[in-house]
Amino acid sequence: MKNIKYELIANSHKAPEHRIRNSFVAFMSGGFMGFLAELIIEALCNWFNISRTESSTYMIIIFIFFACLFTALGFFDKWVNHLRCGLIIPITGFAHSMMSSSLDYKREGPIYGIGSNMFHLAGSVIIYGVVAAFIFGLIRYLGGIQ
Amino acid sequence: MLLFYSFLFCGFICLIGQIILDNTKLTPGHITSMFVVIGVLLDTFNIYDKIIKVVGGGASLPITSFGHLLVHGALSEAKKMGIIGIFNGVLKFCSAGIVAAILFSFIFTIIFKPRD
Repeated sequence: MKNIKYELIANSHKAPEHRIRNSFVAFMSGGFMGFLAELIIEALCNWFNISRTESSTYMIIIFIFFACLFTALGFFDKWVNHLRCGLIIPITGFAHSMMSSSLDYKREGPIYGIGSNMFHLAGSVIIYGVVAAFIFGLIRYLGGIQ
Repeated sequence: MLLFYSFLFCGFICLIGQIILDNTKLTPGHITSMFVVIGVLLDTFNIYDKIIKVVGGGASLPITSFGHLLVHGALSEAKKMGIIGIFNGVLKFCSAGIVAAILFSFIFTIIFKPRD
């Protein structure tokens, strides 16, 4: 009885979530990031005469650089709060999580602070990616590669 | 036209992530791990390569392309060396992203002070 009452009171004080607006903002910002990525790839291809695969590697490095820089300068967190998945799902979210966790633990020293906590949040991406890639690569290898 | 397609594809991936984030109790950590595994699955059946051919750069920016690169490296080494090639090659192509992230975040952590 007490729990039900508590839930009613808690629900009435919750901030309203604008789900449709959130989704629209995520779509537009994520789409803009993709647009920017394609623009950078084409610009690098034309200026330096390199192949598409090479320039997409440069593009990923450029995005990681700016995500790290803006997180260090302090205003990337506000953008992530507003745009949510539009910045978390692209590779900028990966860089942002590494940068912010290593900044947070800086005061605990170079070894136990920065060194051991840099992959605090981003480690799960690498671990599950590597495990899944190994298993599916093995299946694909045993099944025969075309 | 590639610009428009990459806008649509990258926006669509982010839209799916936002819908999952809003309607379930999963955190961004869960969602990014899930999307990497989805990228691995798509590339195991050669779908992601075709997507990249159609939409261009918009497909190589989301975290799903991370999984695609992991499987791609594993298979390209496995062709040359057999099973030991999978161990050798899983991190072959995506090491650029990981090394860049580690390097830049280390350098900027040394230079800048944390703000609250």
